[in-house]
Amino acid sequence: MSTTVETLEAMERPPVTMGSRLEGELLEVSMGPQHPSTHGVFRMNVALEGEIVRRLKPVFGYLHRNHEKIGENTSYLGSMPYTDRLDYFCSMTNNWAYALSVEKLAGIEVPERAEYLRIILAELTRLQNHASLLGFLLNDMGAWGTPLMYAFREREKILDLFESLSGSRMMCDYMRFGGCRCDTPPGWMEQAKKIVDRFPRFIDELEQLVVGNEVVIGRTQNVGVLSPELAINAGITGPMLRACGVNYDIRKVDGYGFYPRFKFRVPLGDHGDTYDRLMIRVLEMPESLSILQQAFAQIKPGPIVNPKVKLRAFRPPVGEAYGRIEGPKGELGFYLISDGGPNPYRYRVRPPSFINLTVLEDLCLGHTVADVMVILGSIDIVMGEVDR
Amino acid sequence: MIGTGILKGMAVTARNFVGSYFDEERLTTVQYPEERSPLPENYRNFPFLPYDGEDPHAGLRCVACKICEKECPPQCIYIVKSDDKKPDYMGKPQFYPKVFDIDISVCMSCQICVEVCPFEAIKMDKEFELSKRERFDQLLLRKEDLAKPNDYYHKICPTDATDVDAKLAAAAEAAAKKKAATAARAPAKD
Repeated sequence: MSTTVETLEAMERPPVTMGSRLEGELLEVSMGPQHPSTHGVFRMNVALEGEIVRRLKPVFGYLHRNHEKIGENTSYLGSMPYTDRLDYFCSMTNNWAYALSVEKLAGIEVPERAEYLRIILAELTRLQNHASLLGFLLNDMGAWGTPLMYAFREREKILDLFESLSGSRMMCDYMRFGGCRCDTPPGWMEQAKKIVDRFPRFIDELEQLVVGNEVVIGRTQNVGVLSPELAINAGITGPMLRACGVNYDIRKVDGYGFYPRFKFRVPLGDHGDTYDRLMIRVLEMPESLSILQQAFAQIKPGPIVNPKVKLRAFRPPVGEAYGRIEGPKGELGFYLISDGGPNPYRYRVRPPSFINLTVLEDLCLGHTVADVMVILGSIDIVMGEVDR
Repeated sequence: MIGTGILKGMAVTARNFVGSYFDEERLTTVQYPEERSPLPENYRNFPFLPYDGEDPHAGLRCVACKICEKECPPQCIYIVKSDDKKPDYMGKPQFYPKVFDIDISVCMSCQICVEVCPFEAIKMDKEFELSKRERFDQLLLRKEDLAKPNDYYHKICPTDATDVDAKLAAAAEAAAKKKAATAARAPAKD
């Protein structure tokens, strides 16, 4: 399906990077919403000149589930399982962000063991998210299946951990206000340690597989360059912002949870291109592993949940709170306004994928259609979170 | 030299391919219908109602308080309270659910009903092979489908089932003691 739009002469054109310029009209192509490499039901209306992208209009909302309105009509506890469905790759961090904002709203303290467990789970989530993202990104570049399957093999081990802890692989629904739902089953911590100890082997293998690969370098370097100014102005967060060289990690800036107790470095990119965005994920994984090792050394037995918090008929005082965490994809925040009732008056999600996606057109202009897929893959979106 | 990066990558795939015949860690496929990986004890799927003893009606712990129905986020539970009462595990007359339906096509396995239930009357099942020919009536589980013996709960979830049994036994004992104490005090008052 294609339609023609106005002539080239009417448009301001960025310099052409590849091929000779075609004199003629722009061709508008609709990519998606069922395109295999759009990571879900996402559609782009791309205006092409030859193979070069001249305009790109993202269309989303195909997966809209009214999440925020549902959150305003369910109890505070009832929203917790719904947050799993936002970014279904990282339900643990979604749970944490929501629990953190409710704890801020109601002034709830969290026991020490629960805080450490939350950090362990969040870093495991970051590991599996980054691993599978790299797999998907290479899949988009044409390395069909192989790196993705290697990444999924490692992800599966972490999901098995989540399953034996919370009962579900992806829809964990594990955290509660003032702690976590249940303590770890016997042997869980040893299993987690074993997986964390073996993880560097996978990172080494992945680095060998992709980092030096000439095709990967050719496809990603100087593709989709994002300037730090634009990134800050557009509100980009997470690995995508750090790939532009902006030192902004909420784990360091906000110091939520027990993160100030941990020693870790924040990898920064230099050019802000797709290669930096790929590498920043490769470099973040060892830092997560070091946080995990420190957490395993520091965690002690103890209560897992604050006994003062009521599970049923939970009514926080009148007020508002914004809790945010450094999710694997960026700043994940929940803004809650309470009028003292059993459900929030306003429930708003600040989704990192959605806000990172807003610069897609700026990244893609002047590149080929094939690069659009790679750039989209490097942004790391999950449509469950974009459309909510 | 150009091409070395690709060759290095090929070496990794070769190592994985050869390793998949020898290395436990690289040999991860489970041939599902024939072989199954064991389910962890915490695994949860859809709720069921455990009952004590032989009779599903007499042994059902649910007292139709409707807390789970109220707290269920997708509202997939439907309960109608009975008009008469039946004795519960402590011998106290209680209401029971005349109708207890769970629409498992709506249920999202969040376990909130289990957490809020004060009577240990609803637990999570582990059965996951539930495909049906018809999506309305067959996925709406009635009280008869949901009621499963306590022995079944012991089989799928031994640790928690033992804890629950101990808790219920302690509660019943305390209730019996209290009853005996009041019975002993009552004649003295006269």
